[in-house]
Amino acid sequence: MTYFAGEYDVAVIGAGHAGIEAALASARLGCRTAIFTINMDAVGNCPCNPSIGGTAKGHLVRELDALGGEMGKTADECFLQSRMLNRGKGPAVHSLRAQIDRRRYSEVMKHKLELQENLELRQAEITDIIKQDGGYLITTQMLAQYFCRAVIIATGTFLGGKIYVGEVSYESGPDGMFPATKLAISLKKLGLPLRRFKTGTPARILRRSIDFTDLEVQKGDVPPQPFSYETESLGDNKVDCHISWTNDRTKQVILENIHRSPLYAGRIEGVGPRYCPSFEDKVMRFADKPRHQLFIEPCGENTEEMYMQGMSSSLPEEIQLKFYRTIKGLEKCVIMRPAYAIEYDCVDPTAMSATLEFKTLEGLYGAGQFNGSSGYEEAAAQGFVAGVNAALKVLGREPFVLTRANSYIGTLIDDLVTKGANEPYRMMTSRSEYRLVLRQDNADERLTPIGHELGLISEERYHKFLKKQELKKQEIKRLKATTISPSDDLNKMLVSRETSEITTGVRLIDLIKRPQLNYECLSPFDPTRPELEANIFEQVEIEIKYEGYIQKQLKQVEQMKKLEKKLLPTNFDYKTLSGLRLEAQEKLNNIKPLNIGQASRISGVSPADVSVLLIWLAANRGQTDGNA
Amino acid sequence: MTDNRTIAAISTAQGEGGIGVIRISGDEAIETADRVFKNINGRRLSDMSGYTAAFGKIISGGEELDEAVALVFRAPHSYTGENVVELSCHGGVYITQQVLRTVLEAGAVPAQAGEFTKRAFLNGKLDLTEAEAVIDIISAKSKAAAGAAMSVKEGALRRRITGIKDDLLTLASHLSAWADYPEEDIAEVSEEMILEVCRKAGSDLENLLSTYDSGQAVKQGIDTVIAGKPNVGKSTLMNLLSGYEKSIVTDIPGTTRDIVEDTIVAGDVILRLSDTAGLRSTDDAVEKIGVDRAKKRLEQCSLLLAVFDNSSVLEEYDFELLKAAENVPAIAVINKTDLPNKLDVEKIKSYIDNIIYISAATGEGKDELIRAVSVIAGTDRLNPSEGILSNERQRLNALTALNSVKEAAEATEAGLTFDAVTVTLEEAISALLEMTGESASEEIIDRVFHNFCVGK
Repeated sequence: MTYFAGEYDVAVIGAGHAGIEAALASARLGCRTAIFTINMDAVGNCPCNPSIGGTAKGHLVRELDALGGEMGKTADECFLQSRMLNRGKGPAVHSLRAQIDRRRYSEVMKHKLELQENLELRQAEITDIIKQDGGYLITTQMLAQYFCRAVIIATGTFLGGKIYVGEVSYESGPDGMFPATKLAISLKKLGLPLRRFKTGTPARILRRSIDFTDLEVQKGDVPPQPFSYETESLGDNKVDCHISWTNDRTKQVILENIHRSPLYAGRIEGVGPRYCPSFEDKVMRFADKPRHQLFIEPCGENTEEMYMQGMSSSLPEEIQLKFYRTIKGLEKCVIMRPAYAIEYDCVDPTAMSATLEFKTLEGLYGAGQFNGSSGYEEAAAQGFVAGVNAALKVLGREPFVLTRANSYIGTLIDDLVTKGANEPYRMMTSRSEYRLVLRQDNADERLTPIGHELGLISEERYHKFLKKQELKKQEIKRLKATTISPSDDLNKMLVSRETSEITTGVRLIDLIKRPQLNYECLSPFDPTRPELEANIFEQVEIEIKYEGYIQKQLKQVEQMKKLEKKLLPTNFDYKTLSGLRLEAQEKLNNIKPLNIGQASRISGVSPADVSVLLIWLAANRGQTDGNA
Repeated sequence: MTDNRTIAAISTAQGEGGIGVIRISGDEAIETADRVFKNINGRRLSDMSGYTAAFGKIISGGEELDEAVALVFRAPHSYTGENVVELSCHGGVYITQQVLRTVLEAGAVPAQAGEFTKRAFLNGKLDLTEAEAVIDIISAKSKAAAGAAMSVKEGALRRRITGIKDDLLTLASHLSAWADYPEEDIAEVSEEMILEVCRKAGSDLENLLSTYDSGQAVKQGIDTVIAGKPNVGKSTLMNLLSGYEKSIVTDIPGTTRDIVEDTIVAGDVILRLSDTAGLRSTDDAVEKIGVDRAKKRLEQCSLLLAVFDNSSVLEEYDFELLKAAENVPAIAVINKTDLPNKLDVEKIKSYIDNIIYISAATGEGKDELIRAVSVIAGTDRLNPSEGILSNERQRLNALTALNSVKEAAEATEAGLTFDAVTVTLEEAISALLEMTGESASEEIIDRVFHNFCVGK
């Protein structure tokens, strides 16, 4: 017997990285919000790597923080070791990654949810969602029913989850949690286009069974940088990571047992990501590669579990032990948790608009792995956008859409809803065409005003931000106004850095512009330099050095904006536009792009098809108003 | 959806060949044709099925204008995808235009330039590159141009671009994998690797771009001026080249007052000819205008055919002409070789390298002249089957790619970080992919996963 248990403005199904950001954003915007989790001990769980950030993902965390999200702060609170990746490869690809204490992360996040005003955290499996007037009626396994004006689905790998380890397979969520088995049927009834994806995770190995003697050590940065613009200092790195390599014998074990892989035996139907291949996949696809790298990462301060980054597998447990033990340092390793592959239900994200609301189901949103992405950071970013939009809808405010021009988050969502995902989608710097503008160092400049406007950035923080922007402006002014005279010491330094000497006075800004020079080496020659936070110097230096490129990208942004101003009708049948190729007709009818810019990014819509759309728009100018 | 008014136009090049075709396209095309065409067997075109022909007469105001063959195409099985009638009449500029006028009076509207192709494109009959190629074929007036346009259609250009694009894509995907997977053991990208790829792509693109001007010479024609002192035989030369009389040829100096435009096919090259008035001082006001215009034209042309009289000595006008010839690509054409030589050819040689002897009266030397023209136009080296840039859009794309590749090399040499280099390389790739209709970012990502073993 069901019973009516109450009403919420916004309900979030799932309390992983997407659900958490969604619920916090919604509650903070003033909506009565509920967040449901199958298991109270799984809130903010990291069932895969014990780290946050990484290439492009670090951008997402910084952007989320700049908007008022929680992931960056919590990662800082739980940090074990932090590294800025890609130093030396250029500011566009600098990415922060932190090893974190995964149990602590989960605990801190859970506590934040518990303390959040307007938010109720509940343990319950949602089994049914029914559309009702003005919202949705959701039912829990315990037969409680809640009426919610908006619902966000953030089910991760729980939805229809099925674990594979060799010949063994069983229905399960991640990390031995119960799966959500009934909800998928209800979602199909609502008409959501569901499909199966798969992902995997490596084994956790007992620390004292590993011989670290001959392994390469990987230390954190000194000093480590935080994710959050609000975190002042992280203190010292607490742990080291280690690197080992596979060898011929590892390969041999894989080759001898590949027939026992559920993927190769054809038992898994879900589509796996190319960028997160199982180890057996790497061996099979890159047969001529003699060895593969393996990172050994601690899962926390109060645990002996070690994560084997690079070695996920769905081979039988006994084979896993066999191949792990071929690796240097792991000869006597003890597996605490075996590696596994997990298959789950997710949705075709092209069914959603850029607010992450389903186009045909008003008030229903999706976020995270459910949307076909992969990764904690991708999930959190979408959770935030879905949560904000659900709340804005309830509050009757204008929707919130981030763009490719202002963020990686906007790029991620545009990719998902425009191009769709044929495999779990991971963020990469190469996915952003404007990456010299969208850097991790300037996320606050790009997004904090937006977060403030939404109401998710406190006045205090916003004032701090404005002050920082002012200081930055003054510093650039100072560099333009300050002239340095030639001196022996200066010229000696210039020559040692393989750049030309100066014979007359030169403006500081022109010296910093030289690729060979930077703030640091100019410090002895710059007596008027003010004390500023490191991030200001960083931003100023990048903006000066890359000015030409940044200007060019800004111009490209303008061009794209022009295309995005050419609006397309959302209720038009592209089949009637016979100049389009068949594939383009189908894709356009499916996606219903809002404008020419979005249409041009749909895979399967060629430049020629875009020309047809442009000609058609021009030919129908003034006539389409009625049906547009 | 589209403008479906019935349109009509002369669809054969004007002034060429014996048959003129008037094409009518649109919902009412067949009915419109019925109003002007009288079938010899009495059957109406409206009663005929697609892909059929009828012989009959074009009637205008009750009078018979010309004999014609009408070809009926029914939608969607026609060039434009609409109902189409093609009326082939006996031609002659005047008659063809009269027939068109009659068709327009019967209800069609004049087609805009390229409108048939645009409709074909909008009705899914052609893709954009094909449409562009067809427009080129239509405007191509000589063999080489038609060959170049055909080879674009068949993908010669695409193959050539793919060749250039491939190395750039491989490099960009390497750079992407290197940046996005810093912890995988991906080989370092060296400055030399980047410079090498940029150099090669740059020189390939420069070669491709250098075909554009020759390609334009083939397709659009070369702005050519024939100049020389009065009565040296300019008009006769022009008529020799063009094959029929256009200018008025008399023995009275100053007969040719206006710049007569004509288009002739000389071998593989189209010459847009101006037969200019002689360069002589005159008090005749009308003639003076002609002389001034001729002078101006002379300074701006792409090819000067300077005509000299073998049977007379160099005069003031000839020296003026020789001086002008120093500033433009020129061929000295020495006419009247059938008469005794009085001309100081050595003097001419000191101004103009190319010397051709002809007799405009007998036609002698014509082939040599045509060969010299194609050398100057660069078309002798042009092999259309290699794929050439044939329109401005393609040229701009290639130019963008070239500039980006150069910029990437400069950034690398200046010691800028590879993220800036990568972004610039991607611009080059985008420009090239735009020509072939693919999307850059996805190509690079696909290649990352194809070529590199990456992932946790």
